[in-house]
Parts: sequence; C-alpha cells; structure tokens
Amino acid sequence: MNIDLQRFHATYFEESREGLDEMESGLLALEAGERGAELIDSIFRAAHSIKGGAATFGFSAMAELTHVLETLLDQVRSGDRGIDAAGVDALLGSVDVLRALLDEAEHQQPADPSRVRAAAERLQALLGEAATGAPVAAAGPGQDGELLGWRIAFQPEPGLFMSGNDPLRILRELEELGPLRVQPDLDALPSFEALDPLQSALAWSLELQAPAERSAVEGVFAWVEDVSRIELEPIHRQREQETAATASAGPAREAGEGSIRVGVEKVDTLVNLVGELVVTRSMLQQLGAGIDPALAERMDAALEQLGRNTRDLQDAVMGIRMLPVDAVFRRFPRLVRDLSGKLGKLVRLQVRGESTELDKGLIEKIADPLVHLVRNAIDHGLEDPASRSEAGKDPTGTITLDASHQGGHIVIEVGDDGRGLDRERILAKARERGLEVPEDPGDAQVWDFIFHPGFSTAGAVTDLSGRGVGMDVVRSNIRQLGGNVELASRAGEGTRVVIRLPLTLAIMDGMTVSAGGETLVLPLANVREALQAQPGDISTVKGQGRLLKVRDAYLPLLSLGDACGNPASGRSEAPVAVVVEGDGRCLAVEVDALLGQQQIVVKSLERHYRHVDGISGATILGDGRVALIVDVGGLARTHLLPAAA
Amino acid sequence: MSARILVVDDSTSMRQMVSFALTSAGYDVEEAEDGVVALDHARKSRYDAVITDVNMPNMDGITLIRELRQLPDYKFTPLLMLTTESGADRKSDGRAAGATGWLVKPFDPDQLVATVRRVTG
Repeated sequence: MNIDLQRFHATYFEESREGLDEMESGLLALEAGERGAELIDSIFRAAHSIKGGAATFGFSAMAELTHVLETLLDQVRSGDRGIDAAGVDALLGSVDVLRALLDEAEHQQPADPSRVRAAAERLQALLGEAATGAPVAAAGPGQDGELLGWRIAFQPEPGLFMSGNDPLRILRELEELGPLRVQPDLDALPSFEALDPLQSALAWSLELQAPAERSAVEGVFAWVEDVSRIELEPIHRQREQETAATASAGPAREAGEGSIRVGVEKVDTLVNLVGELVVTRSMLQQLGAGIDPALAERMDAALEQLGRNTRDLQDAVMGIRMLPVDAVFRRFPRLVRDLSGKLGKLVRLQVRGESTELDKGLIEKIADPLVHLVRNAIDHGLEDPASRSEAGKDPTGTITLDASHQGGHIVIEVGDDGRGLDRERILAKARERGLEVPEDPGDAQVWDFIFHPGFSTAGAVTDLSGRGVGMDVVRSNIRQLGGNVELASRAGEGTRVVIRLPLTLAIMDGMTVSAGGETLVLPLANVREALQAQPGDISTVKGQGRLLKVRDAYLPLLSLGDACGNPASGRSEAPVAVVVEGDGRCLAVEVDALLGQQQIVVKSLERHYRHVDGISGATILGDGRVALIVDVGGLARTHLLPAAA
Repeated sequence: MSARILVVDDSTSMRQMVSFALTSAGYDVEEAEDGVVALDHARKSRYDAVITDVNMPNMDGITLIRELRQLPDYKFTPLLMLTTESGADRKSDGRAAGATGWLVKPFDPDQLVATVRRVTG
C-alpha cells in the first residue's frame, strides 16, 4: 500500500513546530522551578506527537531522537526519574536539534549530523544514569503551590462532654481561623432509644478554607487531641490546578475545532482582490462626477454604501493577516536564557502588550532586528551582577519588550535598565571616525551616530555583537518596512530603543497632490496639515534653502516638483504647502495643487520596476493612471540635516 | 447577666491579675485561695467556669477538679488548670480528673480572656 503521505507533511511540520515551542516553554518553566504533573505531561505529550508523526512519515532521524526523548520524559512523568539543571539543558538542546531536523525535512536544509549525534548521546547518557534529582510530577512538600487550606477529620472520644469540652466550641474556635465547611458524620449515631446524651457519637469532616499554620490548627484541638481522632491534610493549589487544567483542556480542545489553517498565499490573494475592489470603487466615483445631478445623487448614495462595504471588507481581510506580536516575542525567553548564561549576566525578561497585533509580513521581518537589539541590551547595556550590586542596583537586570498601538502605528520598545549610552564615548568615537559633529549636540543627535555603519563603542568585539554591523542594518531594515527607530537613554539607568511601524503595508490613506505635472500621493499618516503660504511667510536662508513660517516655527520648504526632478516652470508667490512629518522631523512640501484624499492600495515599485529614492511605492488611481507615493521619511533624510534634539 | 468565674490560686498577685483581667472583660469574678475554699464557694453558688492553679495547700487543683466533677451542677462546667509546667504528666493527671483544658503560665491576659470567652460563649 503506497498512500502518498506528502500532502500531510505541511500540517505535520507546522504542528511539530508548535509542539517544539510548547516543549521549550515547558522546559523553561521547569528550569525556573515550576513543578506539577500537568507541566511534565504537556512536555511529554508534545514529544510523543512529534515522534508519532516522524515515524509515520519516515523521518527516521527525528523518530530516533524523539524516541529517546520520549523514554526519558516518560520516566520523569511516572516519577521514576527526577530532573536537574543538566537534564533540562540536554532536553533544550535536543529541542534545537529537532528544529534543525524539521528544517531538513521541510526545506531540505541539511542538519549538522554531528549535532544530532551529540544531542542523542547526551540524552542516552542521561538515560544510562541512575535516576537522580527531585521528582517532578509528584507534588512534594515545599515544592507545592501555595497552601489553600486544611482538610480535617475530627472524632472526639465518647466521654468528651465529661471533661466540660464541647465539640461545637472547638468548631467555632476553628472558624476563627477562616471560613469553615462542616460535614457531620452520623454513622456512629445510635437510634434514639439507645442514645446516651452524655456520650458523644458524632464525628466531623471539616474543610478550613484559609492558609492557616498547621500549629494554629493543631492548637484548636490541643485540649482534646489525646482523646480524639484528629487527622489533618493540607490542601495545596497544585491539586486544584490539576483538576482545573484537565477541566479546561476539554473546552480548549473544542475551541481549537473552531479555527482552520489557511495558507498565506490564499490570504494574500484576498488582500489583492480587495485592493482591486478599492480601485474599482474609485473609478466609479470618478465616473459618477460627470453624470446628470439627479442621477448623481442616487449614484453618490450607492457609491457611499459601496465605500462602507469595501472599507469593512478591507478591515476584515487585513485583520486575517494580523497576528499577535507574541509570535515574535515568544522566542525571547529562550534567547534571553541562553544569552545570559553565555555572557555571565543575570537577566529577567518582561514582556508587555504581547497580544498587540500586526501584519504577518511585518512580524517575520521584525524578528531579526529585535533579536539584535535584545542581544545588544544584554551584552552591552546590562552590567555584570557584581557591578550592578555595587551601583546599588538589583543584580538581575531587566530587559523589557513592549508593544502597543499608537495612532496609525505599532510601537515596539526594547528596553534595559543597564548602564545607558555613554555620550562622551560616542562623541569621541564619532570624531575619531571623522564624522561631522555639530556644536553642542543634543542627546538625540549623539545617539544618532550609533546608527552609522561600522560604528561601535564596544570595548571588545564579542562573538555576538560589537562588530558594529548591527544598528545601521537594524535601522535600514525598519525603514524598509516604512517605520523608524529612535533611541532614548539615561546614563546609569538604561536605554530604550523605540521602533515605530505602520500597521499595514498594503493599504493606506493618502492625499493626492499634483506637483511638477505629476500626480503624487502623500501618505496621510505623514501629513500634519495643508495650507496656503502667504508671501511674507517664506524666507531664504543662505546654506539652508527656503524656510516656511508656520505659526511660530520655521520649517524647511521643499518643492515636491523639484524633488521629483520636475521643476515647476515658475515659482508661485503663495504656493500651496503641505506640512509633513517623516523620520521624526517636520518639513513643508510645496505642491501645485491639492487634489483629494483617498484610500490607496500600495503596490511595490521594487517588484515591478526597481527601487527609487524618495519613492516608497506606487498606486493606481481611479482614472487608471499610476501615481507615485512619496517616501516622506526618505525625503526628510536626504534633504535635511540631522535634527537638533 | 454576666458569666460568673471562680478563680482559685494561692498566690494573691496571680489571683488579682486574673481577676482584674476578667472583670475588665465584663465577667463576675469570685476568688479562692485554695481548693477547700473553692469547693465551699462552688457548693453555695453556681459558677459558669472555674480557673484553678495546680499547686496549692490544703487541696491542690487536680483534687479540686475531681471533687467538682462529683457535684451535679459541675458535671459539664469548663474547669481550666493554670499550669507552669508544660510537662505532660500534670496535664494528663488533670485530664484524668476531668479538667476541660489548661492555660500555661505565664499567659497573656488577652489570651486568658479569649479562652474564657470561648468556653463560656
């Protein structure tokens, strides 16, 4: 029988990757001291599924490795083996190797066979060792979750009353410690005729729902303990969680049935189609302009309706591509753990806003820059534990990853509470490299030097960073995505890298303008205001070009026509200017006329032609013509000096 | 009507301290300096609880407790021993005699009041 199993491979690879992620976070939790049957079970289950699929689909290397893994985990699960730091390390190492093997199976990127062998050997060695380490699955004393209460069985001797003691009094005293659930046990109660009122024939099952000290509970029974049966059993959170976990595993599985996996190409096709719809709507709108008014009114209403529907459809489709940024953030606990170990630093990772969503395309592209920034933060930002203690800081440094929506952007911050950027050192290095240093530079101008190619003030080039190829690549990567990077820092307190990205690359609101005979689009996200300049507002400063007075500020004035290589035939005295902001700076662009505002579908110029400086893309207007989208950030950079802070 | 407590101790200062604590808490207190006097009081009046020291002349606390338990009115009355030793023998002797429980000296007056409240409540 030769069923073609290949069609199932894609799903298997995806499931296995998810399983490996689960194994990894489970192992990291184990390493951090968490315990519990549910935790080790989830790690085991992940390994077990991967093994099953590997064997079925004939990926023998994976099958062999996961088999050893599963055997080991099974022993831990049944309590026959404990797990220690070396064990967790070996298991994490094999997770890495499995990822490499998955890549080999899926993308034909061969995994290093010596690595595979080494991982297998490590696991075998662990298996060969006698079981050591503290048991993981059993909830041992002191390893449990917090104390929640006590289960108490109380059966006084029949002659209790004769000593003037009263079980009710004892129960009331117990209740002073916390909420008490009482269940009387009437088994020993004789029939009424046989009842001796002077004898106690009752027993109680009690549940004290408060984390009282054992001694406090025992103290309540102090007078009667020698003559009564008293059994105490602590109730720990662990057990509660297990029942809760198994309870929620049920519904969770059902929830899983409510989603389906969709290939990215299908979603992209949808996005394109919606984009075309937007263009078609614009075309209709334009045609509608030239119709007899009575008809035009009804046409307008219909078009408005179409507009709303298209907008909703668009939002929904774009929403499909949006994923929580956690998709990127979740790889960092492992990274931080490995790096801190290698670099001898104590690091704690804080993640906020992981459910903030951004476009899938952006997620993949933001990963590398973020990894580089986190490496930098740990390597250069954070001091070693001794220095931190000396400085009165917590020896464990904190790296923060924070994502949030602000305006039409997503803002991702990488922060550390380390030593901060060293202004003087940066300036010295800048001068040393012959870079132009302005007089009395503001902080922002100083930090800007870090983004220069090859710039690094790291004392020693470590294996991971310090070669100086990092920050400029980070910035150009982010700019390519239509975003920007900024640094903020305080000496001795830490540094923050702030990345701003557009929510999506595919569709944007734009202001259409004409300049130099061409129709151009200014992204509305960059537009601050449009105005008609008065003759007296424009001044020319030697060496700086023209300036436009806007309320109290003077902004550089650029002719868009000039910038696009289409100088206007004559200079207007009172030109139309649009104030835009790009790359953190404001400037004014002079245009011939404002044409309108509309939603545009961004088409990549690179894909269809090639990259052009100052242009970030193109779009098709309602009348079928092509309009170029101005790269406002790029314009700001090429035509202006670095801004003073 | 407030609960009536019989306090038995040969040490005057101890008696006074216990009395004061209980009276401040609203109890009616009668004092006796040994078991004989205490028994006499107990026969004449009904008390809601008895607190007695162990080591006393004429009749010690444990004997007192045994005697009290013979009286029909004191079959189920809380009888508490004041003991300095945490030694188990005295406590078990007391229990065998019918003591309800004990308070270990030195004790916190508030604790005393709380305990009395519990047994008379």
